[in-house]
This record gives sequence, structure tokens and C-alpha cells, in this order.
Amino acid sequence: MSFDPVWLSRLQWSWVIAWHILLPAFTVGLASYIAVLEGFYFFTKNEIWFRMSGFWTRIFAVSFGMGVVSGIIMPFQFGTNWSRFTDATADVLSPLMAYEGLMAFFLESSFLGVLLFGRKLVPSWAHFFAALMVAFGTLLSSFWILATNSWMQTPQGYKVVDGRFLPTDWMAIVFNPSFPYRLAHNVTAFYITTGFVVLGVAAWLLRRGRAVEESRLMIRMALDLLIVLVPLQILLGDMHGINTLEYQPAKVAAIEGRYDTVRPTPLTIFGIPDDQKEEMRYAVDIPVLGSIILTHSWDGAIKGLKEWPREDRPPVALPFFAFRIMVGIGIIMLVVAIAGQIMMRRGGRLFRSDGFLRLCQWTSPLGFIAVIAGWIVTEVGRQPWTVYGLMRTADSVSPSLTGHDVAISLALYIIVYLVMYPTGVVFMAGLVRRGPAEAEEPTLEIESGRPGRPFERASMQAGD
Amino acid sequence: MVIDLVPIWTVLIALAVFYYVVFDGFDLGVGILYGFARNDDDRSLIMASIAPIWDGNETWLIFGGLGLLAAFPLAFAIIIPAVYFPIAIMLLALVFRGVAFEFRFKRPALRRFWDRAFAAGSAIATFAQGVVLGSFIQGFEVEGRVFAGTSFDWLTPFVLLTGVALMFGYALLGAGWLTLKTEGALQRWARRCGRVCLIGVCAAIVGVSIWTPLEHTEIAQRWFSWPHIAILAPVPIVTAAIAFVEWYSLGRDHELVPFLAAIGLFLMSFLGLAISLWPMIVPYRYTLWEAASSPSTQAFLLIGTLFLLPIILMYTAWSYWVFRGKVRAGTGYH
Repeated sequence: MSFDPVWLSRLQWSWVIAWHILLPAFTVGLASYIAVLEGFYFFTKNEIWFRMSGFWTRIFAVSFGMGVVSGIIMPFQFGTNWSRFTDATADVLSPLMAYEGLMAFFLESSFLGVLLFGRKLVPSWAHFFAALMVAFGTLLSSFWILATNSWMQTPQGYKVVDGRFLPTDWMAIVFNPSFPYRLAHNVTAFYITTGFVVLGVAAWLLRRGRAVEESRLMIRMALDLLIVLVPLQILLGDMHGINTLEYQPAKVAAIEGRYDTVRPTPLTIFGIPDDQKEEMRYAVDIPVLGSIILTHSWDGAIKGLKEWPREDRPPVALPFFAFRIMVGIGIIMLVVAIAGQIMMRRGGRLFRSDGFLRLCQWTSPLGFIAVIAGWIVTEVGRQPWTVYGLMRTADSVSPSLTGHDVAISLALYIIVYLVMYPTGVVFMAGLVRRGPAEAEEPTLEIESGRPGRPFERASMQAGD
Repeated sequence: MVIDLVPIWTVLIALAVFYYVVFDGFDLGVGILYGFARNDDDRSLIMASIAPIWDGNETWLIFGGLGLLAAFPLAFAIIIPAVYFPIAIMLLALVFRGVAFEFRFKRPALRRFWDRAFAAGSAIATFAQGVVLGSFIQGFEVEGRVFAGTSFDWLTPFVLLTGVALMFGYALLGAGWLTLKTEGALQRWARRCGRVCLIGVCAAIVGVSIWTPLEHTEIAQRWFSWPHIAILAPVPIVTAAIAFVEWYSLGRDHELVPFLAAIGLFLMSFLGLAISLWPMIVPYRYTLWEAASSPSTQAFLLIGTLFLLPIILMYTAWSYWVFRGKVRAGTGYH
């Protein structure tokens, strides 16, 4: 193990953000789903929507709470480990992050309390409104943090003065070239992730013959969402890729495992990349397909990594494999979505098919893996830069840090996360096991004190 | 002509930090006292008194942090790496405290473990914040625009003093809060805790007030040269008066006064610190104006902040109002 502060700081960043991203990956979609369920309940007054909403709201509360505590860690990482990046970019990036805090946290924390506890305290339209606002808050949060991330990938609207980036055009900064694609691709990924979790949980309940009516409805809703979003996501992914090819060609070269420029470009399905020898070993190539996919033409070429100096290239292995995992999962998802539609159209066969329900269970965590894989593709593919083409990762780290400093803090972060996450997952699994049928909200005596934190609210409503 | 936004941001950040210190301060302090609570019933009530509001309070840590980053990025970029370990330990203690707090309700078998984790997390997070404060007063080794020392430079006897001082301070706020929110035997216990903490706080204020000017001649000059000494004399006098009110009210029937007086002590300490360090944001090196972000950055964020902050404050005030009054057994937290 090398005690290099840059390398260890990257590892620490990856550790805290990878765990953190799993929670928004779930809560962004779930907040919108809950808003939809609340909407159905408000307009139809059918109790089934109420039970479903209550069930998912309890699970939402736990994951949201964990998202908040792991999120507090993030902004401070910029100061502790990446202070030179902070000094250089804060004039441009910090307001975007501050707006996330002001807009999203405000909306979410204000209305989450009403959503979780206010059923009996506020009129039903206000409760529905609260659900909408929480969902809107999670989307605003995605908006600002992805604007920040996108600017690091495709910086715009700045001037450089004494090595610092200063803002010249806020519209250009926020709506930088990769932002619309990244936002659409990410939010769709979050929705799909939630869709597969809902599908898997409902299948689990149904196979045990519990909450049958609710579970069937959840499966139908999830499958109808997925048959739209999964193909859309593949299209969005393609558009995002074309955008990346335009602005970050070296990243695409790494994704494709392409060291040499070849015309027409084949598509490498698999291989073992070797950055030292600049070659793809055991490559399985399909001729011309690379040109078709990436340039939408028969003989277009993408630049191979050899066209960049070595110090400007991203490592190939991680983006290359992560991209294949992401795409592979996308294909599995598409198969599940189409199969589900076909079986659903043929009467109730879907709900009696133990095989398909098992499949739904197994595929339910796939969204999380795809999100992490996609994140590795885009972030490792951005290397060796923090601000693409302008500021190197090696020049971004806090100069005072030694490798041992970071090793110690990383060990501490690892220990705490390994306690927190399994505990939270066990707790959420308990909520799933209780199921929606037992979701009756107990009347809560509130003499004083606002209802508690998400975890408690969940436990109270679950009747602890 | 561009309006100078630095004073506005200075006031906003100062308010955010003060708000955080008072509000998360009292619930961290309640967490510290929790470790000394006499029985399970008391612990449940103590927990219930902060359960509704402490996550909202903690959100201000993000506001403070991101606000400092946005308005005075150079300060953020120099100070935060300088207190690398205190910050990391504070964050992890806060996370652990949060999780401990939640899961205390979940696993009765493990309740004792989570009880201890909650109290220890609160104490460690507070101590770490005190260390950050002490390091700030102590100053940092700066070269150009970066912190040039090591990750252990902060470790001096002085920061250990400020770390312990803040534990007493937050616990005093916590005792004030419990006096306000509880009654009977628990309230009497909180009042006794409050007096113990007050002795610690007074000792700490005197200690820091002697130590700081001895270490920094500039600060000594600011306070003790004529006519400053006459103009600034009310600061220690008012502080002493508030300390007396605190002691007196803890022994009487006053319910709200101990909490308000504790806030008053924090306000005076805050003021004293501001007088000592003004106009530095990276002490003894960079002024607020030198560390400020570009006018465009400050303006861009100010527009939204001025619009959103009043709404946030109104909501917060409303939530405190809705759940006013004493916490009693069976209030509905279990």
C-alpha cells in the first residue's frame, strides 16, 4: 500500500461518496413515487394508496436520514483534503453547492416532517403538497450537485486570474455543456433504481402471499414505469456518450479501451487493458460497430489514447470494465422490463409465475450497481483532472497532508461507515418484512416536541 | 460601482455560526449531560426534549460550512486542512451520535451501548469543535494561499483548554434547555448540573481571556491600551453580570432565564472573540476582504440567500412554537 496523500485522498473521497450516492440513488426516485401515491390517494380516496404510501414513506425516512448524515461529511472533504482545488474553484462552484443546501435541504426538512407526521394535523391537500415538495427538493438537490459535477467535467463561463477560476457568466456555468445530459441520465438512473427496488420488494411480498393487492399494484406501476424509462435511459446514455466524445474524447477512448486511432473503429466487447504497454490484450472486437455507435456513421473514428501524452490520459481499466457492467445491467433491465410487460399483458400469469417474481427479487439491487459503475466511468474517466483539462488532481490536494494523516482518517471513515450502513440496511429490511398491511398509523400523542428524526418516526409508525 | 458585499456576508456568516453554536450547542450539551443521567426514565425525557429539533439544528453546520466556503473561500481552504483531524473526528462523532440516537429506539438489548455512544459522540463532537475554535484563536502557519504546517500543529495545551471549555459551555446551554423543558426532580438535577458547568465556563472564560493576550501582543494592545480599555470595559463587566444572573437563576424558580443567560454568556464570548480578531478571518494573516470570493460570486449567492433565509427562519420558529412546553413521560417518542 502506498502512502501517497493524493492517492489516499482519492480513496477516501471515493469511499465517502460511493456510500453516500447509494442513498440519493434510492431516495430521489422514491420521493417522486411517494408523491404519485399520495396524489392517487388524494384524488381517489382509496385506502390502498394510503397503505402503499405509508409503507414506502417509512423506508424513505430511514434512507433519507442516512443520506443526511453521510451528506454532512461531503462539503467538508473539499476543505480537509482538497483545499487547493477549493481555493481555485470556490468562486465558481461554491454558490452552486450552497444553493443545494439552501433550496433542497430547506424544502426537504420542512416538508418531510409534515409528510411523515402531519397526516392528522394538516388538511389532505397540504399532505399531498408536502409529498410534492419533498420530491421537488430531492430533484433540486440533484440539479445543483450535478451542475457542480458537470462544471468540473466541462468547465465554462469562467476566466482564470492568478490560477483561480472566476465567474464571468452564471448561466454558462450552471448550464455547462455536459449538464443537461448528465442530469437527465442521472435522474432517470435514480428513478429506474427505485423502480427495480419497488419491483423486487413487491415480488418478495407477493411470493409470501402478503399484501397481495398492494404488491400487484406496485409491480404493475413499476413495470409500466420501467418499460418507458429503461429504453429512454439507453437513448439518454447514447446522447450523453456523444456529448462526452465531443468534450472529453480521452474519457471515451478509455471507455472503449482504444489506444490506437483506427478507421473505421471496431467495438471492443472485452479485453484486458494494459496501460504500460498501451495495448488491449485478449481483445474481442466487432469491426465497424464502434464507428456506428459512437459517431453514428460507417467509417467515423475516435481518437486513441496514444494521441494524448501519457500524463494526460485516464487509466483505462476502471472506466472500461465499469462501463461494460453498466451497459450489461442496462440490457438485463431491458429484458426484465419487456418480459414483465409481455407477461402482464397475458392476464394474471405474471403474478403466479414464481420464476419471474424471483427474477424481480434478484434484479432489485441492479440499479445501485449500475449507478456506482456509471459514476466510476465518469469520474475515473475525468482523470487526471479535477477541472477537465485545466487543473490536475495531483495539484488539487491539501499540501499539508501526509500519507499517514489520510490513512488514519480513511481508516476512521471506513470503521464508522461499516457500522452505520449495515445497521441501516438491517433496519430497512425489518420495515420491508413488516409489510404494508401492518401500516396503520398509530395515533401519536404529541403534547410537546415536534415528531422526531426520520428513524424514530419510522419506528413509531411501525408500532415499536 | 459595485456594492461591497463583504460586510453583509460577514454578518450572515457570523449569525449562522452563532445560531449553530447556540442551537446545536444546547442539544450537544444535552447529549453530554445524558451520559450523567441518573436513570432510564430521565434519559427518555432528556432525549424527548431534543428529539424534535436537533436534526434541524445540525443543518446549520452545513449552512455555516458552505457559507464560509462561498463567501470566504480562502479561509475555508486554509483553516479546514489545518484542523484536519478535529474536523474528521467531529464529523464522525456527529454521524455516530446520530446513528446511536436512532438505534437506541430499535434494539432494547443494545440500548446501553447506544446510550453510551450517544453521550460519547456528543462529548467528542463538542470537544473537537472546541479544538477547532482554539486553533482558530491560536492562528495557523500560512505560506501564500495555503496552510503550510502539519496536520498536528493544532495540538497544544491551549486547544485542550478550549475543547474542555466548550464542553462545559454546551453542557451549560443543555442544562438551561433542560431546565426549560423539564420539571420536578429532573429539573432540579439539571439546575445542579448547570451550576457545575457554570463554574467550569467561568474558569474557562478567565483562562482564555488571560492566555490569549499573553500569547498575542496585538490582542493585548487592542484590549488594554487607552482609550480601548475604557470603551471595552463593559464587555467583561456585562459578562460577569450575566454569569451572576445565571448562577442566581439556576438556584431559583426561573425557568427560562438560565437558558437565556447561557446564550448571553456565549454572545459575550463571541463578541470578545470578534473584537480580538477583527477584521481577520484567517487570524493574523488574511482579512475578511482579502479572503472574500469575487463580488459576482457573493452577489449570485446573496440573491437567493436573502430570499430563502427568512423563510427558513420562519419555519424554524414555527416548529419550535408548535412543540413548546414541558416534555412529560408518555409524550410519544417511543
